[in-house]
Amino acid sequence: MANYSTNEFKAGLKIMQDGEPCNIIDNEVVKPGKGQAFNRVKIRKLISGKVVEKTFKSGDSVEGADVVDMELSYLYNDGEFWHFMNNESFEQLAADAKAVGDSTKWLVEQDTCTLTLWNGNPIAVTPPNFVELEIVETDPGLKGDTAGTGGKPATLSTGAVVRVPLFVQTGEVVKVDTRSGEYVSRVQK
Amino acid sequence: MQLTDDWQPSASLDVLQQRAALFQTIRSFFQHRCVLEVDTPILGRFGVTDLHLENLETSLSHFPHQRFQLQTSPEYAMKRLLAAHGQSIYQLGKVFRDDEAGRFHNPEFTMLEWYRVGFTMQDLIDEVVCLLHSVLGDLIVQQSTYQALFEKHLNIDPLTISVKDLQARLMYDERIADLVERETDKDTLLQLAMALVIEPQLDKSQITIVHRFPASQAALAQLDVENPRVALRFEVYVGGIELANGYQELTDATQQQVRFEHDNRLRQQFGKSEKPADFRLIDALNSEMPECAGVALGFDRLLMLVTGVSDIRQVLPFGIACA
Repeated sequence: MANYSTNEFKAGLKIMQDGEPCNIIDNEVVKPGKGQAFNRVKIRKLISGKVVEKTFKSGDSVEGADVVDMELSYLYNDGEFWHFMNNESFEQLAADAKAVGDSTKWLVEQDTCTLTLWNGNPIAVTPPNFVELEIVETDPGLKGDTAGTGGKPATLSTGAVVRVPLFVQTGEVVKVDTRSGEYVSRVQK
Repeated sequence: MQLTDDWQPSASLDVLQQRAALFQTIRSFFQHRCVLEVDTPILGRFGVTDLHLENLETSLSHFPHQRFQLQTSPEYAMKRLLAAHGQSIYQLGKVFRDDEAGRFHNPEFTMLEWYRVGFTMQDLIDEVVCLLHSVLGDLIVQQSTYQALFEKHLNIDPLTISVKDLQARLMYDERIADLVERETDKDTLLQLAMALVIEPQLDKSQITIVHRFPASQAALAQLDVENPRVALRFEVYVGGIELANGYQELTDATQQQVRFEHDNRLRQQFGKSEKPADFRLIDALNSEMPECAGVALGFDRLLMLVTGVSDIRQVLPFGIACA
């Protein structure tokens, strides 16, 4: 993998730090008038998800990380791995629980997800921004929390729990924003 | 930074009007004080030897064997005027540095630089404060030596601390720990501590003057005869921005020659090309260079403080991305 000079730093560049592939979120140059320039960089570690700040001397080189994002459709879970398929090449990839993480509750068969691969192996799975899932369980009546927030918890077919308005019932399909985990609307079947 | 194809200016009309007003304020400030405005060449035969400054180079077809340098500051030419005429002078003009562009940096920027014959460093600090007060209002002024500043914020003596102890002290800050661990140059570590640890802690509502930098960071300042471990160099910070850098100017030609050579040795150590020293500056210092103090102030950064914007592009008609 190529090395990158600090001159090439910009948001989105993937570099290796602490043995982990990282994504640069923000890069700022701090240059005293009569002194060494430094790059102050905010990075997200792509495996642990941690956001940390690092500092480099301007002009230094850093090892790049072979990280690519691929759009794949979700097939099924065999109990250990989550399987995805490239719709063009029909090539299949399996992601483990660590890579899928919390996204597991938003995986709907046939949905297109973004898989982040490091050296060819999936390290993260990002579901589509919106998914449609059936409610398998929610309180039927209008009782419950009417104090202000409104809504009631509903369990979806994947096990995810979201707050839905009181009028939404078991068996209905709802649209959910996976970034916030919030209910968006009912979906007519 | 990405270049843009947009034709629109990067500063608003309102800011451009404030920019023009600031030019006028500064010119009348110096006119009242009988300081002569000069405009020395931007294009010159010599650049600077400073370890951390890079000139932009160009060539002229009329002088095919000579490279020409866009000046990073008008310092050398202004000092030749001082040596020739012995009069206080100021300059408001463009300078160029082959630096990265960022929130506080544009490779081409406007510098206000002035030299006061017969002034001590403290006289000049007082005059800088006076100018800042007339532009920014009556901000509180905090003056500290470099040494006292490090003692206050990091509880270390920057002049005597060993590289090892300095590393150990800075390792606690995890934002810089990796770099500190592999960096063994003391001045680089001190500059790192200053820029990333101390500067962000300076009171943004005040004018902070830091003076008496370590002799190893003297640049073109005289050493303090009472304490030659420090140089009569000062920096001015306002609102979290490094605004100005000044000296009790070195007037000794032999010392100047030594500094040039020292710079070039450092450049070699750091893997940079050596730069020819401007012998005409040496010759000028050898004639009748008056004792003086001088300072360079970033005009665009001052305008950022006046207008309250957070990116230097917003005070430039066209930042480098759309220049």
